[in-house]
Amino acid sequence: MFVASAFAASAQDAAEATHSETGVASDGAHEAGFPPFDSSTFPSQILWLAITFGLFYLFLKRVVLPRIGGILEVRRDRIAQDLDQAARMKEEADEAVAAYEQELADARKKANVIGQEARDAAKAEADAERREIEKQLDAKLDEAEKRIASIKETAMKDVGTIAEDTAASIVQELVGGQLDKTAAKAAVKSVKQ
Amino acid sequence: MANDPIHQFQISKWIPIEVGGLDFSFTNSSAFMVATVVAAGAFLFLTTSSRGLVPGRLQSISEMSYEFVASMLRDSAGSHGMRFFPFVFSIFMFVLMANLLGLFPYFFTVTSHIIVTFALALLVIGTVVVYGFWKHGFGFLRLFVPQGVPGVVVPLVVLIEIVSFLSRPVSLSVRLFANMLAGHITLKVFAGFVTSMSALGAAGVAGAILPLIMTVAITGLEFLVAFMQAYVFAVLTCMYLNDAVHPGH
Repeated sequence: MFVASAFAASAQDAAEATHSETGVASDGAHEAGFPPFDSSTFPSQILWLAITFGLFYLFLKRVVLPRIGGILEVRRDRIAQDLDQAARMKEEADEAVAAYEQELADARKKANVIGQEARDAAKAEADAERREIEKQLDAKLDEAEKRIASIKETAMKDVGTIAEDTAASIVQELVGGQLDKTAAKAAVKSVKQ
Repeated sequence: MANDPIHQFQISKWIPIEVGGLDFSFTNSSAFMVATVVAAGAFLFLTTSSRGLVPGRLQSISEMSYEFVASMLRDSAGSHGMRFFPFVFSIFMFVLMANLLGLFPYFFTVTSHIIVTFALALLVIGTVVVYGFWKHGFGFLRLFVPQGVPGVVVPLVVLIEIVSFLSRPVSLSVRLFANMLAGHITLKVFAGFVTSMSALGAAGVAGAILPLIMTVAITGLEFLVAFMQAYVFAVLTCMYLNDAVHPGH
């Protein structure tokens, strides 16, 4: 008993000495025990914890968390919106490419059609011209043949006269004397036959 | 510097208040609770005041802590548990800031007092019990009857579940309290070695290097512990709240 109280007293002394050393003002009544287990401080700690934590909770719930949540939501929305826009633009670009290719294909087809038409038209024209020219040439050929035939006929007709004249001239030269025209004619005729 | 490692946990009255025989004095503990709340609240409030679409560093910290706690709660308690988000976030920030403030020399550590951690733990368990009964009525008691247990051992399992449920506030509060207490005592003891050995002359100063290194290393460790304990407290809070939201599991 005596030892215990002496120990308590010395502990008290030590604690007081410590406090005077650090100069911390303290309540002398509760120093001896282990502070966290000193139940006389519990009401104060619980009360002030309730006040401070309660205010902290309300402040966070009412002000801070809605604000941070709002910031994050705005950012999320913004990112989603930007992604949407990018996707839409990509779609538009794809559409433009598709339209361009479609137009290109159309144009190529059209060009082929036009080329074909032009070729056909040119061919038809050339054919027509050729036929025209051939017709003209045929006509000229016919005419020429006709002329040749008439000339030949005329020439053949003249041959007799020339032969008579020639015969008459030959006779005159050889014999000397006028040959009767009718005789010459008869002679040529007989030779010719 | 005093060599008594317990002295740092001493509570001193700053403004004595007494109501009905109970001591409600504004003490150093109360002052650091106020400091904790003001520091955490002001940090969160001021860093987000610009509402930047592209966050700065400090705003990132606030947003990260928000998303950290939000994902923690969503993973444990699902989307129904998100109604407790302000509560869990307040607890996490309060404990974290109290632990971190306590690491400053001469600062009082609010969470090194069992009554504070126990009050917080009771608040958590009280929330679980009240919300559980309010939401599920007596269905909340399914919490104590796990599914798929053979009928014979059900009474035993229920007994174990009840004991484990009742020990939750104790384990939750003692874990935080003991970590803070032990860390600060260790720090104080090693720092005390440095001063008392230096007083012994040149050899003592040379010998004091080892405890000095230890003090620095433990300070680093204590920052980790300060964060870890706040995280553990918040995670366990989330898991207990999950019981209130989904008692059948």
